[in-house]
Amino acid sequence: MIPEIGHFALMVALVVSLLGAIVPHMAIARGDTRLMALAGQFAYGQFLLVTIAFGALTYAYVTSDFSVSNVAANSHTAKPLLYKLSGVWGNHEGSLMLWILILSLFSACVAYGGKNLPLRFRSRVLAVQSALLVGFLLFVLLTSNPFMRLDPAPLEGNGLNPLLQDPGLAFHPPMLYIGYVGLSVAFSFAVAALIEGEVTPLWARWVRPWTLAAWVFLTAGIALGSWWAYYELGWGGWWFWDPVENASFMPWLAATALLHSSIVVEKRDALKSWTILLAIVAFSFSLLGTFLVRSGVLTSVHAFAVDPERGIFILAFLAIIIGGSLALFAWRAPKLAPSGVFSLVSRESALVLNNILLATFAAVVLVGTLYPLVLEAVNGTQITVGPPFFEFAATVLMSPLIVALGFGPLLAWKRGNISRAAQILLPAVIVSLVFFWISIWHDAAGLIMTGVGIALGWWLIFAVVLEINKKTNFFGYPRGFWRRAKGLPRATWGMSLAHAGLGIILLAITVSEAWTEEALRLMKVGDSELVGGYSFTLEEVTPVAGPNYTAVRAHFLVEHDGHFITRLAPEDRVYSDPPMNTTEAGIYPLIRGDLYAVIGEYAGSNAWSVRLYFKPLISGLWLGASFMALGGLISLSDRRQRIGAPAGKKRPDSVPNIPKVPKSAKPTKSTKLTKSAKSTKPKKSTKLTKPVKSTKLKKPEKTGA
Amino acid sequence: MRAASIALVFLVTMTFSGVAFAVAVDEKPLVDPAQEAVARALMKEIRCLVCQNQSIEDSNADLAKDLRRLVRERVSAGDTPAEVRAFLVARYGDWVLLEPPLNQMTLFLWGSPFLILLLVLVGVTTARKKSAPEPLSRMEKAKLKKLLKAGEQT
Amino acid sequence: MTSFMRFIPLLIVASIFIVFLLMMGGERNPKEIKSVLIGKPAPAFSLPALMEGAAPVTEANLKTGKPILVNFFASWCAPCRAEHENLMFLAHEKGISIIGIAYKDTPAKSQAFLAELGTPFASVAQDLEGRVGIDWGITGVPETFLVDGDGIIRYRHWGPIVGDSLEKRLLPQLEEIQ
Repeated sequence: MIPEIGHFALMVALVVSLLGAIVPHMAIARGDTRLMALAGQFAYGQFLLVTIAFGALTYAYVTSDFSVSNVAANSHTAKPLLYKLSGVWGNHEGSLMLWILILSLFSACVAYGGKNLPLRFRSRVLAVQSALLVGFLLFVLLTSNPFMRLDPAPLEGNGLNPLLQDPGLAFHPPMLYIGYVGLSVAFSFAVAALIEGEVTPLWARWVRPWTLAAWVFLTAGIALGSWWAYYELGWGGWWFWDPVENASFMPWLAATALLHSSIVVEKRDALKSWTILLAIVAFSFSLLGTFLVRSGVLTSVHAFAVDPERGIFILAFLAIIIGGSLALFAWRAPKLAPSGVFSLVSRESALVLNNILLATFAAVVLVGTLYPLVLEAVNGTQITVGPPFFEFAATVLMSPLIVALGFGPLLAWKRGNISRAAQILLPAVIVSLVFFWISIWHDAAGLIMTGVGIALGWWLIFAVVLEINKKTNFFGYPRGFWRRAKGLPRATWGMSLAHAGLGIILLAITVSEAWTEEALRLMKVGDSELVGGYSFTLEEVTPVAGPNYTAVRAHFLVEHDGHFITRLAPEDRVYSDPPMNTTEAGIYPLIRGDLYAVIGEYAGSNAWSVRLYFKPLISGLWLGASFMALGGLISLSDRRQRIGAPAGKKRPDSVPNIPKVPKSAKPTKSTKLTKSAKSTKPKKSTKLTKPVKSTKLKKPEKTGA
Repeated sequence: MRAASIALVFLVTMTFSGVAFAVAVDEKPLVDPAQEAVARALMKEIRCLVCQNQSIEDSNADLAKDLRRLVRERVSAGDTPAEVRAFLVARYGDWVLLEPPLNQMTLFLWGSPFLILLLVLVGVTTARKKSAPEPLSRMEKAKLKKLLKAGEQT
Repeated sequence: MTSFMRFIPLLIVASIFIVFLLMMGGERNPKEIKSVLIGKPAPAFSLPALMEGAAPVTEANLKTGKPILVNFFASWCAPCRAEHENLMFLAHEKGISIIGIAYKDTPAKSQAFLAELGTPFASVAQDLEGRVGIDWGITGVPETFLVDGDGIIRYRHWGPIVGDSLEKRLLPQLEEIQ
């Protein structure tokens, strides 16, 4: 009964989405504001119905209702409840249900939270969202219906891949999907703007919080996936440039670029066509990821079962959405009048450089991911484009980005002064050079790239520190730092934290890749092995019985110079349904690095195959990623991000005058900056060299975050 | 008793030939540590043909084990890394190498970072030129000069 | 944006879509790695025969002047059981010689497998270590190679010969050679 309710809810949701996709356009054509307002109601209706459907499916999983074929194929009574729940989205049909749940959730949020948007624009945005939902609902109902029944119902389900029975992996898809689907809002904003025929700084201000929220979840989702791979797969690897991993990285790169370029649109009313294009491209990458996992064109650990019919449907769907929006772009781009002038050295240029490098990197990842497919189509030959290529591209493209990242926040808008920025950053340059030489000297083989990576990581961290110092004069006058710091806008802190996180990630990657120590040994009980200065002693090996597996567990005692550090208990598990063999690594994070132990096969005569690692600074990866996500959240919490008009005092040399917008008015056309030949020199921010007596920070430097 | 349970678990482990996501832990490293290091580095470059998202070093598939043994054999027989790679490519094609070869067919691939960067830069500068305001004419420049002078005097 | 540049994204996407469309035939298995030995002479090998007392099996056995199949199989391989019927058909009703190579298996188990299901093979070799399999570029069992009369490999059938792959894939290739 409940699954049928869910099924019916989906069908009604389809009808509501069709209405929601068509009615607003009609309403706008007729100028009927009441009809336009209906768009919000449709969004709420869609969300309600999809929630009912998703709830019905979840209910079927939780109650192990094997008469529903999807549940029978993917669940099992012996699974713990958490994994029954996460099993809902651990398969093709269920993951699509999650997609449409989150899509309708975002539509409802835009309807609810977008009150500051003009009614006409909001209706258009919701219409586009509804159109997306129509496509997905059609796909689900026609080819991937989770509510199909099995008659007779089997007594037991087929179980879920034991690899997926893991807390990290239970949360990885929802996070990622919120990221993917969140980009649909930016997409809808872009398409709506194209239909309307104009992009204003206000548009950029509206689109950023949604993009930022999606970006935060995408960052967290990717990091979670990497972290899961690290502790679950057992060899300390965390990224393989697998096609589907790339399919999550490309939207991340595009979303990062979008965040930064929309700043330029907002502050300087420039880069409009580019930003619109990015918004479309970012979501297109999300859709591409959805396609790749389900179409069977590429092989991947993430791939769901191959079905050519589904593949063709998604391809057609993608062609309509991506092709349609890009065609719209090609048609309407001339209407987006370019404006805003800035010199070659300015914050705008730094942001343009950021965008150029990120976009190029995303394009190169796309090329690398699709190259084997294209080559096979053209030529018949099969090659592999693996990590060596992507690491090469990353090094080439991201190194200049990291260097520029240090300078960017220190350059003024419109016309920056690079020598001033360089003066401020000189300590960072010195420090990074020092670290470069130390790392070269430390590793006698002289791995230059390791040195470069370390230098760049420290450069970025120190550049952020120095930039904060410039704004708060911490080194010059430490007292009162917190007061001054609190006066800085949250967006500044968000930006600095996120950038610092990136520097930490870079350091962690470089150091752990270069200096991981590993030992593959046959160990008997009582043997000791020295790895990275830590001694691992195999104390005993015991058999273990879990809820749906049996395992062998090794007990390691780890000591350093005779001092007790920890005990590790890695396992080698055998699941029965489906039969599979997995390892659970024993990991103990220290600041210096991770202690990592894995037990393998029994090698006869009381000896076991073991792998022991010391992975220096690897926790920096997860720490840096959390900093980035946290920085994004802090930025998001900045009130300026979320309201329609800027609050606070007007400052000289500030952005063009952004008027407050009444609710139903159209966005005003942006002002064109005409002559720029001899503009007045930008006012330098007050140098806080003297102690500031007042409690409020006088002129916080306007930031771009 | 404990030995029996260990033996039992061992037997159970051995019976299942399903897909293994367990870590590859190896049997016999080469006696010469330098050669072993060469062999290990090679293994990291070779793609597992069964668990296609891993190198043979990480994979626990049977074929990966055989290939690891093969790599070790050939290294200890004196083959250079290039020769070992060629040996495998002769049997499995370029697919087996994680690093795509640099040849006519992959020129675009390896050049793509530079090529695309160049194209984007060209696109950006073209767009900038198009959107830059027209330079001032001589009359306009003179007028501006006069205005600025007037502004400075006030 | 120049007037030309605005069409670039659309053009790029369109070409990618065409590639996807081309590669999405229902026949194509993305996991299959194509054989690079097609058109090349069969690799040299010398393996002990499964039947005791029989002569070792070498590549000379392949140069019979007529097309011949080489089938890698194993008793522990379930799809090998599934295709056995078709192999019997090919051997007994179509009159094609098949050389079987027992891949990474014990002699006792291979013999029991053939005793149970019958043997379509003219001769059976044992590849205990799997090295010959690697030389032939196999990634698992079963894999079947079609070798022409001169010992050149003409076609490789990846996976079991079941369902319509017999008519659709193997037989047409056979006819081409004959």
